[in-house]
Amino acid sequence: MTIAAVDIVIGGTAVRIAVTDENFRHLLLDHYGDFIGETESADPIELMIDLTPSSAIDEIDAEDDLQVVNESGIWILRRGDFRARYDPDRRCGVVRQGANRYSIDAVLRIVHSIDLAGEGGFLLHAASAIRDGRAFIFAGRSGAGKTTIARLAPAGVSLLSDEISWVRPSAERFVAWGTPFTGELGQPGVNRSAPVGALYFLEQARENRITRLEGAEAVRLLLENILFFADDPRLVRRVFDNACAFAESTSIFRLSFLPDSSAWELIR
Amino acid sequence: MRDLYPVRAGNLASRVFGGEAVVMNPADSTLFNLNETATAIWLAADGKTTLRQIVEREICPAWDIDAETALEDAETFARELAAHSILLISTESAKS
Repeated sequence: MTIAAVDIVIGGTAVRIAVTDENFRHLLLDHYGDFIGETESADPIELMIDLTPSSAIDEIDAEDDLQVVNESGIWILRRGDFRARYDPDRRCGVVRQGANRYSIDAVLRIVHSIDLAGEGGFLLHAASAIRDGRAFIFAGRSGAGKTTIARLAPAGVSLLSDEISWVRPSAERFVAWGTPFTGELGQPGVNRSAPVGALYFLEQARENRITRLEGAEAVRLLLENILFFADDPRLVRRVFDNACAFAESTSIFRLSFLPDSSAWELIR
Repeated sequence: MRDLYPVRAGNLASRVFGGEAVVMNPADSTLFNLNETATAIWLAADGKTTLRQIVEREICPAWDIDAETALEDAETFARELAAHSILLISTESAKS
């Protein structure tokens, strides 16, 4: 049995996926395109994929909600379509799933959210894009306009994601990276990063209007849009602190916008 | 009426921005935004000071409200927070 490795690099963090199925390896290479990195990446997270026949997957209750719990230092991830174990100290784990990209996509989001929490960052339910060397993040619940604002981006804007943004502090300020996690646009972001210029909470309206948000309201909205899956009070507290640090250092606005390209005139 | 001694629950995550606190219970990720009055009560809830003393010291001078009305509102607020386990209410003072 030959084991091949595929490195998926998001936010500069490599997750090395070890697979024995050549078709699944090609599926990963096709889907993660721009996010496939060199397998010489330093200190990758290593995940061994145990592909399970669909008949065995059926034994797992497809109606299961996602559970992410820590048992003696090992993260146990369960959902209807996969089971996984992840050891954050040894940075390795095993994923049992069918030969589809949706399961590994979910596992990657969870592993990154855990990893980011410890590094001062978070995954945000938000579109994001780079304009003039700065990243602008557009957060909001489903229907708020993330895909719309991404679709309306003018020439010269590089889309980092239309659905999930990857945010981590750097030496001077928070930085946003592109992700392969797509929303309705179905288009992966570019694998680039830029310092965060501003965060906008979206709402579609009959006129374009921008309102600065500060303090408690900004933090509350930010926390409502952070993707964090783990049932772990210690890490939840870290995420809270990370959100506060972000809100204290970043310009945050409410962006009410008409769904046309004029909204981007307010983004600067 | 017996004196009530409110005390902030342990293991909470909180931060005050411009006089308004954001409080999260990491056990279930519930989030609370407290206005300035509620924040003043919450910050003063040390388990050794009665709710009446908190109202008289922190609320009445700052918001120009009579003590009985303020105490009534503060009790309602304290019991709401207690129901969410982010404030504990005792009828006895905590030991030093």
